[in-house]
Formats: sequence, structure tokens, C-alpha cells
Amino acid sequence: MKKFTKLLIGLGTTALVVGSLAACSNQGGAQEQSGDGGGTVPGVDSGLTIALVTHAAPGDTFWDIVRKGAEDAAAAYGVDLQYASDPDGSRQSQLVQQYVDQGVDGIAVSLAKPDAMQSSVEAAVAADIPVVSINAGEDRWKDMGILAHFGQNEEKAGIALGEYLQKDGYQHPICVIQEQGHVGLEARCAGIKSIIPGTEILYVNGQDMTQVESTVTASLQASTSADIIIGLGAPFALTIQQAATKAGSDIKVGSFDLNADVAQQIKDGGILFGVDQQPYLQGYLAVEALVLNNTGGFVIGGGEPVLTGPAIVDTSNVDAVLEYAQEGKR
Amino acid sequence: MTALSTPSAQTDERLARTSALRKLLARPELGAVVGAVVLFVFFAIVANPVFTQPASIATVLYGASTIGIMAVGVSLLMIGGEFDLSAGVGVISSALMASLFSWSLSTNVWVGVLMALVLSLGVGFVNGWILMRTKLPSFIVTLATFLMLTGLNLALTRLIGGNVSSPPIADMDGFDSAAAVFASSVPIFGINVSITVFIWIALVAVASWILLRTRIGNWIFAVGGDANAARAVGVPVAATKIGLFMGVGFCAWVAGMHNLFAYKVVQSGEGVGNEFLYIIAAVIGGCLLTGGYGSAIGGAIGAFIFGMANKGIVYAQWNPDWFKFFLGLMLLIATIINLVVKNRAEKKS
Repeated sequence: MKKFTKLLIGLGTTALVVGSLAACSNQGGAQEQSGDGGGTVPGVDSGLTIALVTHAAPGDTFWDIVRKGAEDAAAAYGVDLQYASDPDGSRQSQLVQQYVDQGVDGIAVSLAKPDAMQSSVEAAVAADIPVVSINAGEDRWKDMGILAHFGQNEEKAGIALGEYLQKDGYQHPICVIQEQGHVGLEARCAGIKSIIPGTEILYVNGQDMTQVESTVTASLQASTSADIIIGLGAPFALTIQQAATKAGSDIKVGSFDLNADVAQQIKDGGILFGVDQQPYLQGYLAVEALVLNNTGGFVIGGGEPVLTGPAIVDTSNVDAVLEYAQEGKR
Repeated sequence: MTALSTPSAQTDERLARTSALRKLLARPELGAVVGAVVLFVFFAIVANPVFTQPASIATVLYGASTIGIMAVGVSLLMIGGEFDLSAGVGVISSALMASLFSWSLSTNVWVGVLMALVLSLGVGFVNGWILMRTKLPSFIVTLATFLMLTGLNLALTRLIGGNVSSPPIADMDGFDSAAAVFASSVPIFGINVSITVFIWIALVAVASWILLRTRIGNWIFAVGGDANAARAVGVPVAATKIGLFMGVGFCAWVAGMHNLFAYKVVQSGEGVGNEFLYIIAAVIGGCLLTGGYGSAIGGAIGAFIFGMANKGIVYAQWNPDWFKFFLGLMLLIATIINLVVKNRAEKKS
């Protein structure tokens, strides 16, 4: 055992020595980060406590942007923002219940699993806590007594993209789903398929990028007639693009959702478009709507869902978006 | 040692010749080899001719290699009687460590790569050390490590990089050379074969050599078979087991560096659940969950079966809803075949 301890210490020291010899990188890294990127803060101090409870899996880049939107709104209105998430419907419901127990001033929830959420949302409404919903649950929010809904209708987004593709003459898209059985992702592909019947659906393991790439390569080798392949998430679209390049395929690549790299690729021509549902807006509007409801009794949307997307970003408008994508807002 | 015929009075029964067939039947990976051949022929027919073209085989091999690299370490560990639930997120931890370290200090990327190696070996050491000190089952110890690493991956990435995915390091010094080592591809007869395939084969060869030709290999079988008996005959049980966990850590480092340099950015939530794929590969390949039996080549064939089933369904353009079902079925069949073969081999000896 001593030998192993020694070995470990030895390795650690070696690495530290190498590190302190300062084999520094001339470019990139944290040294290049500049500016604060902080937005305008109106400086209102509402003193409210608002909870945002989502079904995000830990480490999901999409939900990171939603959270940033909510945090910026919270900073603008002087809100104490509580954030929690759990992909499991019943556990997400328990989180909402906990915030009801704490007596917060407003709750924003995502309704990916509306049945599981129903009891806790109704408990919040019964306790006179205003609730808004974001992202998922467009067909259920009204029944639960929720004030307003901010999100993209996934099927409508799919249809919008289907029409966009049809206009450009695509006949055989591959729609890549990274999480089997995810209702929103299935709805996007179903929307595309309703416009272009030749759409093929491919399932990949989103937990492992190497498996995403090799499965996409396999699919491209199997169906040579496919003319465009669409990733349903920015990191997946980038991996798909890489797989297509490596496989020597001249297939076009498109993305649902944006991030800085995808925006850059759209500008450089590697990826054709990103269908943006503007997640930042979902987080921001949810907090803002709850503040406005508290300070003026306002209700946004007039009983209809407020759509935050789809906003299709392509070469025609990427310049206006790129800068904000790099800030993590788009 | 087994013998088909009763040894004659003159020869010592320990010197009896073992028939080639019997030797073959006693190999732990036999069931897996049969399974792999059947599966290959099957997909060659149903996905004809896409499945057998060289580019497709390179893709299947790539998919198998990223599982297979980890299956090498995990197989050895399972022969040694333990398993590691932290192996899946361990891969991502290693990749995040490399990128966060070199990014935040703006060092050459290779410094981060070395730090990640230290971290990965360290995680393996801590797993093994706690296991040996507490005598807790490896299920509990590595489950705890799995949870802690999952949390650390997320928390540290957000704390240091400000996002839930790793910061961009593709423009930093040393990235290109590291990418050449961990994530390039080698053209063979006009087909690009990923370097991970060669790393995988090399790791399997080294692990097989250790297992079959060195004293350490005997120790591994001994601690997996009966740790107390092994200790009684002077095998350094603690060092062997800690070394096996560090072996898994080393494989996680290799796989993690490939993920980082092939995809440039790593999401901190990845990797959860992949530990089971490695264990599945090892079990299909003939390693027993109870330890003391198995081979490194078996784990490799298990990973290859996994890769063929995974990609074959795509090549055949089937409904992938059934993939998990087939995987479960294969696991069950492979395990039963292993059990039957092992029982028969033991009975005749």
C-alpha cells in the first residue's frame, strides 16, 4: 500500500512541477475573458421571493440559459430567486410543494410531466401563490389555475421547420432524438414529419457523445438518400456536424436550439440554421410576469400561451444573434 | 487441469494432456465469441450490404472501442472480485479536470491532461483504499464516489467556467498535438479508423499479458476467487485491489481525453449510466460478477457485441425502440451460456 501512496505522491508532484514550470498557453483560456457583460439593472427592489422549478437534468446547457434569464430578471427586479430542478416528475412536484410550504411569493414551473405536477401546483394556487408555467405543458396549464404560460409549442416549431425545409426542397431529413421517449423531442420530429413525410427518426444515447457520433455515422452510411440531418440540441448538432464531416458526407446539418458554437457555425456555413425557442426569454418572462402580477395584478397573454419561439436563426440574421450567443443568452 | 481419458498407471495424472477442444471450452470468452460470430453473420444478412462495407466496420469498431477501452479496466476489476459504479462519470470528471485546469490557469493543454491523469488514478486509489480499509462492499463505496463525482462535475464546472459545459480550449497551446494523440484517425486502405480502436487493442493486449503471463495476473485471479485464501498464501490483497481500481481510473482517463479532444466541449451532466455499459460488456464477455473468472479479451468481445447490436439496428434501419430489449436478452443469454460452460468445465475436471 505504501508503494501506491508513494506512486501517487510522485505523480502529483511531477504534475505540479510541470504545471509550475508554467507551460503557459499563449492564447485562449481564462486570461482572454474580458468585460463583465452585465445587463442594465433598473434597480427596483421588489423584495419578493420567487422559485423556479424545472425538469432540467443536471448539467443541461439549455436550462442553464433559462436560469440565466431568470437570474437577470431577478437582479433587475430585486427578487430573491430560488432555483431547483429534477427530471423525475414526482420529485419535481415535491420541490414545488416545498416552496409552497415555505410560502414564497411566486412559483414558475415547467410542466414536462403535467400529471405528476398537478397536485402540487394546485396546492400552490390554493395557498394563493401565483404560478406561471414555462417551456412545456401548453395544453395543460390553464386547467391547473396557472396565470400564464411562456414557451414554444414543440409541434408548431417542428411544423415551422418542416415548412422552412420544404421551401428549400429537402425531401429526406433525419431527425436525431437524444432521449428516447421525451415528449417534446418526439413532437418536434413529428411536426417535421407532418410536412415532409420522408422524415426519418434516429435515436442516440445523449449521455455519451462518442455513441452519438458513431450512431450518426452508421445512419449516414446506411441511408445515402438523406439530404439533411437535424440535431435537437446545440451540442448534438455540433457532434452530428463533426460526424458528417468525418464520414465525408455532403449532407447538410441543422440545429434545434442555439449556443455560441452553433451561432458561429451558422455564420461560417457549417450549420444551416438554428431553431431558437429563446430559453433566456422563458426564464426572464416567468420572473417578470410574477413580479408584475404582484405589483399590479397584471396577467400576461390574455389566457393564451405566450410563444417564445420558434425563431429561426440562419445566415440572414445570425450577425444580430452571435454576440448574445457568446454571452450565453441565446 | 482436465483429462478426457483415464490416465494410465505410468503417467502422473497432473501431467495428463488436455485436449484442444476441452481447453477451448474452458475459455471464459467462448460464449461471447460464438455470440459475436452469430450476431455478425445475422447483421451481415439483414443489413446487406451496408453492414459489411469497410467504412461501416470502422464505425462499429469506433463505437465498440469507446466502450471497450473502459471494459478492459472494468473486466480486470471484476476478475479481481469488485466492480466500479463511478466509472461512467469518472470518464467525464477526467475530461472536465483537463479542460478546467488548463483553461482557468491558461496553461498548455498538456498540463491539464497530466492533472487529469493524476485525478483519475487518485479516484481509483481512493476507491480501493476506502474499500480495503472499511471492508465495505464495492457497491456502496463506488456508489458514493459516483454521487460525489456527479456533484463535483456540475458544481466545479459552473464555479470555474460559469457554464454547465466545459470552457472552450480548442484555441489553446497543445490542443492540436493532444487531439492528434487522443482523437485522430488513421487511414487504412482508404478507410479512416479512429485511433481509439488501436488504443483499445493495445490496452487489451497489455491487460491479457498481465493477466496470463505475470505474477500480478495470478494475484488478480487469486483475490477475486478467495481473498482470504489469497492473503494466506502471501498475495498482497490490498495492493492488488487498489491497483485494479487505479487501472479503471487509467482507462477512464484515456476515454475522457478522447471525449474532450474529439468533441472540444464536454457537458458536465454526461456519463451517468455508462458504467452499466462497461459492466454489461464485461459480463457478456464472460467475467463473473462474483470474481475470480474471466478475461480481458472477453470484455473486448463484449464491447464489440454491444457495438454491433447498437449500430446494426441502425444499419438494418429497424425501429430502435427494441434496442434495450435486445441488449437485455443478449446479456441474459450470454450469462447463461457462460454459466453452463463453466459448470461443465468444472464438473469434468
